[in-house]
Amino acid sequence: MKLKSNVAVSDSGFVFNAATGDSYSINPIGQFIFNLIKNGATEEEVIKHILKKYSVDRPTAEKDLYDFKKILESYKLIDTTNE
Amino acid sequence: MTDKMQYERPVIKPLNTGLMNKFGTRTEYEPFTHIDGVAVADIIKEFGSPVFVFSERKLRENIRNARRIFETRYPKVQFAWSYKTNYLNAICNVYHQEGSWAEVVSRFEYDKALQNGVPPDKILFNGPDKTDSDLELAAQNNSPIHIDHLDELYRLIDIAAKMKNKPRVAIRVNMDTGVYPMWDRFGFNYENGQAWDAINKIMATGKLNLTGLHTHIGTYMLSAEAYGVAAYKLADLAINIKNVHKKNLAYIDMGGGFASHNTLKGSYQTGADSVPPISQYAEAITTALLNAGINTEELPWLYLETGRALIDDAGFLLGTVISNKRLADGRRATIMDFGVNILFTSFWYNHKISPAQPFGNYTEDCVLYGPLCMNIDVVRENVTLPPLNAGDHVVVHHVGAYNISQSMQFINLRPAVIMIDMKGKPHMIRKQEKLETLERDEVVPDYLSKFKL
Repeated sequence: MKLKSNVAVSDSGFVFNAATGDSYSINPIGQFIFNLIKNGATEEEVIKHILKKYSVDRPTAEKDLYDFKKILESYKLIDTTNE
Repeated sequence: MTDKMQYERPVIKPLNTGLMNKFGTRTEYEPFTHIDGVAVADIIKEFGSPVFVFSERKLRENIRNARRIFETRYPKVQFAWSYKTNYLNAICNVYHQEGSWAEVVSRFEYDKALQNGVPPDKILFNGPDKTDSDLELAAQNNSPIHIDHLDELYRLIDIAAKMKNKPRVAIRVNMDTGVYPMWDRFGFNYENGQAWDAINKIMATGKLNLTGLHTHIGTYMLSAEAYGVAAYKLADLAINIKNVHKKNLAYIDMGGGFASHNTLKGSYQTGADSVPPISQYAEAITTALLNAGINTEELPWLYLETGRALIDDAGFLLGTVISNKRLADGRRATIMDFGVNILFTSFWYNHKISPAQPFGNYTEDCVLYGPLCMNIDVVRENVTLPPLNAGDHVVVHHVGAYNISQSMQFINLRPAVIMIDMKGKPHMIRKQEKLETLERDEVVPDYLSKFKL
């Protein structure tokens, strides 16, 4: 899971895809995940960070991350070709 | 765990400035955590989920407010609680304690009102389906019978012939009030002369005591003026009866149909923004009656059978999120533990739904499904809500009217119903259904009682 190079995220949760001109808003936990991906974290590492920071059980975090990843894929914001 | 942050699902939403969408804008800004001071979470903990909750305070406030509004405009006003709107006995009795009579549309409802202790002469008997036995009982009890069609009229004349006392009757009148669709299925038409013909028949037999006129011009009426037209036409009939038959009518019954603050599907504005307040209905009706030309001393009583507008906002449905899923087209779907079987009104309302716990600033467009294994079980087709997690609680607003009386026992057992009293104490007013509740009246023939697999 790798953030595409043409995607920028602001501190306030604004996502911009320079390649398409599309923009998105993202909630704080989404932003937290985005930044982890940006810094090269693997999925397992992202889960661990979420469990450490947020009051949530692992199955919920995993399920929601999987869904989030699929949405990011559909918006063409991340690259999963090498997974 | 306590030093960790509250979890919210990660959400990303495309920004489409200026484009229209079917989800509309965000509506929920604060969690709805308490009803009359009682925590939603505590109610669910004690009585389970889903659960219906009624606020006694709101029920009483609504009827008192409606009475005040009408009584300040007209000298003789009587409300009759519309049993079909919600006939849980505890609910009916709140209205009876507030002075409301009963308005019933079937023998079952008639018996219920009697059992609740309503004096029979204060039970208005409406509806197109009254058997001979129903008519006999109501006539003996001196209950006002609102005649719906000629067959009923002739049967009642036959019944009255065998009685000492004349049954008290009113005729149900339908009419063009300027709204579409026109409700012409109940009673006799005003414009084509059916109503006047029925009145003349009643007066000619001498066996019935014509005491009133009734109309039910529609339901969820968004135009108060239509009531003014209806009241004027009924008053016109009353004046003709006085002129031709030398008889003063005791009452004019304007039926029900005042809208509540729910939002109808397909309407652009929310219910709260588009529905006339009760004062507008009252102004239209009472102005028409007072100005119709009836002598002040001979003004008839004004009966009102208001149901929905008096109870909708006193009822809440509390529920819990079962799961979230992503649909094939990318929409988010949230599955709730309550469905259309107990929330029948979700077929025609976009119910307001509030999360019952704190949430963040971000929202998601989603579809809300019920728990039934049926494709039609959709509570909201499009709604914008904060991300909800499995186990989160929600509150559905304005569910007091019709959901209890029209609920279906389908797939799931129906939930408990709670009333929070004036002091903030919850009381169970209907227990949750059990398997035994449903099987009590089932009969399995002996030869079907055993099988081997």
